Amino acid sequence: MTLTSSHFISLLPLLLTAATPVLIMLLIAFKRHHGLSVALSLTGLFLALISLCWVADQTPRSITSLLIVDNLSWFYSGLILLCALTSVGLTHSYIKGFLGNKEEIYILLTIASTGALVMVSSQHMATLFLGLEILSVPLYGMVAYTFRSSHSLEGAFKYLLLSATASAFLLFGMALLYAELGTLSFSGISGALSAEAFGKSPILMAGAAMMLAGLGFKLSLAPFHLWTPDVYQGAPAPVGGFLATVSKVAVFAVLMRFLAETPVGAQERITDIFSVIAALSILVGNLLALQQANLKRLLAYSSIAHFGYLLVAVVASNSLSNEAINLYLIIYTLSTLGTFGVVTLVSSPFNGQDTDHVSDFQGLFWKRPYLAIVFTIMILSLAGIPLTAGFIGKFFIMSAGVTSHLWWLLAALVIGSAIGIYYYLRVIVTLYMNTPIKQSMRYKGFSFNGVILILLTATVLFIGIYPQPMLDLLQAAGLGIQ
Amino acid sequence: MILIWIILIPFIGGLLSWQGERFSAELSRWIALASMALVFVLAMSLWFEGAYTLQTAAAQQGQWQLEYNFPWISRLGVSFHLALDGLSLIMVILTGLIGVVAVACSWKEIKNHAGFFYLNLLWSMSGVLGVFLAIDLFLFFVFWEIMLVPTYFLIALWGHRSADGKRDRFYAANKFFIFTQIGGLILLISILALVFINYQHTGQLSFAYDTLRATPLTFTTEYLLMLGFFIAFAIKLPVFPLHSWLPDAHAQAPTGGSVDLAGLLLKTAAYGLLRFSLPFFPHASAAFAPIAMSLGLVGIIYGAMMAFVQTDIKRLVAYTSVSHMGFVLIGVFSFTTFALQGVIVQMVAHGISAAALFIICGIVYERLHTRDLREMGGLWGRIAYLPSISLFFAAASLGLPGLGNFVGEFLILLGAFRVAPWLTAFATGGLILASVYSLWMMQKAFYGPAKSEEGLTPLNPRELIILLSLMLILLVIGVYPQPLLNTSAATVKLLQNFLLSVTQ
Repeated sequence: MTLTSSHFISLLPLLLTAATPVLIMLLIAFKRHHGLSVALSLTGLFLALISLCWVADQTPRSITSLLIVDNLSWFYSGLILLCALTSVGLTHSYIKGFLGNKEEIYILLTIASTGALVMVSSQHMATLFLGLEILSVPLYGMVAYTFRSSHSLEGAFKYLLLSATASAFLLFGMALLYAELGTLSFSGISGALSAEAFGKSPILMAGAAMMLAGLGFKLSLAPFHLWTPDVYQGAPAPVGGFLATVSKVAVFAVLMRFLAETPVGAQERITDIFSVIAALSILVGNLLALQQANLKRLLAYSSIAHFGYLLVAVVASNSLSNEAINLYLIIYTLSTLGTFGVVTLVSSPFNGQDTDHVSDFQGLFWKRPYLAIVFTIMILSLAGIPLTAGFIGKFFIMSAGVTSHLWWLLAALVIGSAIGIYYYLRVIVTLYMNTPIKQSMRYKGFSFNGVILILLTATVLFIGIYPQPMLDLLQAAGLGIQ
Repeated sequence: MILIWIILIPFIGGLLSWQGERFSAELSRWIALASMALVFVLAMSLWFEGAYTLQTAAAQQGQWQLEYNFPWISRLGVSFHLALDGLSLIMVILTGLIGVVAVACSWKEIKNHAGFFYLNLLWSMSGVLGVFLAIDLFLFFVFWEIMLVPTYFLIALWGHRSADGKRDRFYAANKFFIFTQIGGLILLISILALVFINYQHTGQLSFAYDTLRATPLTFTTEYLLMLGFFIAFAIKLPVFPLHSWLPDAHAQAPTGGSVDLAGLLLKTAAYGLLRFSLPFFPHASAAFAPIAMSLGLVGIIYGAMMAFVQTDIKRLVAYTSVSHMGFVLIGVFSFTTFALQGVIVQMVAHGISAAALFIICGIVYERLHTRDLREMGGLWGRIAYLPSISLFFAAASLGLPGLGNFVGEFLILLGAFRVAPWLTAFATGGLILASVYSLWMMQKAFYGPAKSEEGLTPLNPRELIILLSLMLILLVIGVYPQPLLNTSAATVKLLQNFLLSVTQ
């Protein structure tokens, strides 16, 4: 196919995000300046975000058989770019204390964002894998960035090795599908065989299962979750936030497209596997979080549980579930960025170790009240308490489940949520516990990151109290009820 | 509009109170007191102005005297729908009263971060008011959950340390929250199931009260949904065997928190049963009634028997709450006019008497710094006025005629007798047990040899005024309950007519 200028316009966000790391590299070569690098990355990502508005007006189009730009891709591109912008903002104040080269982390971050954007636009196995690797490889570097900390190096090694294994599984699954069907594009796969014939072929089912194993690793679903707490603990706090949001959102978006377009999603056995994974993730995530005293590990386990909840809506696969999934991903992203943002701010600037133990947060309300309030609201949102966005998300998931009569999964969801409340509340109460207020400890500064966090909190509260605009937005994006 | 103001005033008052602490703790207390007093005055003015008697309600077509409706999440069919009838009005007045009392009794008790304490207390009140006024089921659930988080903070942050250091205030707060949250989630699933069944029948998503009440349900579905609602309300009421959070929560909560908990939070469960459970699932409720009434009976006896082995005075009063709520459960599932009227009177009277008993426990604790009954004894001579006031409320608790609790319990037993005579006979035996534990509590705390002869700080005017007002109200309800009965008569009559028409 000939690539015309309209194709390039559709690809504008991707191209701009891909250009950003190149420009940062050039900037570092000329003049190594932290502030300028940050400004450049922010500009690049922001321009990419704005260009989405043009892209959104265009009709959905395939760009070669590798990429497709449609509602799903531009909506998730927007979400990913917003998360990337927030991560850059958080990293800026955090990495100031790092003794070493600071600017390279922005290169890694923007390359990873590019990979994520490739993934959400992919409609072909090759771009899926390509995007996944472009997302993952810089992440290894980002997790290991504060390499003098042994936790950081250990996390990065674990992530590298296990991620490579998962990618190997993914590739093998893709190879099996290719061997049987002779095509790698999603539309080719759906056209090659009917759903029943797909289900009858052991090679195809094995291939699909291996692909799901590979993708499940990235989404830290049980039983592929074992890397999550160590990597989240080891990664610097803003990288943890990026990892928990961007990489998961990108993988989930492409998984949604894969399940929708190929016969894999229609297989009953695959849905059964998803049910088991969902129940396992909910229970494993919540039960193991009970023991955690390290906040980053706790958030890691909670993210495992949240993706378990999300899978309940995937299993439901009725008219409500699409909306539920999209809404929940947005809300999960907001809450996770908020919590990791608070951990980042408390640990900023980096001084060799993150402040991530729960006891370090004791009495935070009396020292830095706004931060504590932000943290409380974000954790209440993760717990699913009404008046926060998390409740609306959980409500939609439960609605999807009820519509499909998934009573056992709903029971697991209820039990998981109840267990979740226990450890979430424990964290919140610690914030308010009495410690003698030393006036000198009260943080009087005004920080840009603080503004970002307050905006995130305001959004969480707004969606929680009056979700109609967000629902209208999803409807307008074509991601509402089918 | 006044309905939304009733809910917003404690909310805004809480915020102002929190910020008011910057200037002085006294200011935050006065703001909190003013907010709840305003709510009480508004509710009373609604009572005096409005026409809630049976005749006027019958003339009027609708069930509600006052309504406020605002489309909220139209995508889900959720609207911000508040409505007031006789029952809700009584509960709102009770909330205003207990709110004032709760703020007043924590005046000197809360020294740390008083403003934040009042924020939590008032926000919890806001949630309770919302529960009593909400008619849309989504809104009801939201307010149900909103009640919980501030109460959790009240218990966890300002609670007492426990005697043995093991089951401390965090344990109690966590237990309270987890129990109630599980109930809440089960309630949410039941609500969602009901909404979706309605959606299947009408093609319209709606959380509105009248729409959902009219949903056609098969008996099995109705029974399961009724159980879902019942479990949630049973955890809150509390019904044996889901009651174990209550003694711990009360023992560790600060006085204001206990007053709020016993006076109001327990009543939300009974209100939920009356407002939602019975009208939505009449056949299933009728079928479940024997089980529910037996659970009520077990609760009465179990609560009473557990009460006399307690050494902690607040746990004792907590178990008496379990026992009294057993009467309420029996009354609700009797479906007769007398019993339902009795339930409403019992809710008000128990709210007041339990609140008063907890205030008394708080007063004793402030002076003796112990809640252990074995450390008390012979307090009669040591504090002026308190022992006689305690005797009054102990008499109320045991159901002495002339006080509100007697009216409530008597009407419930009268109403239940027609439906389940043997059960009622045993329940009446519960009154004897009530006498035993009330007088035992008095004996242990106030009579007997004194542990020491020195006098304790006498009751200050604030405490005296709170207790005397509660005494007066309880006496008035006991001697002349007719106005109360008139206000709730319309609701009860409508409910009863509906239940009879459906179950016949």
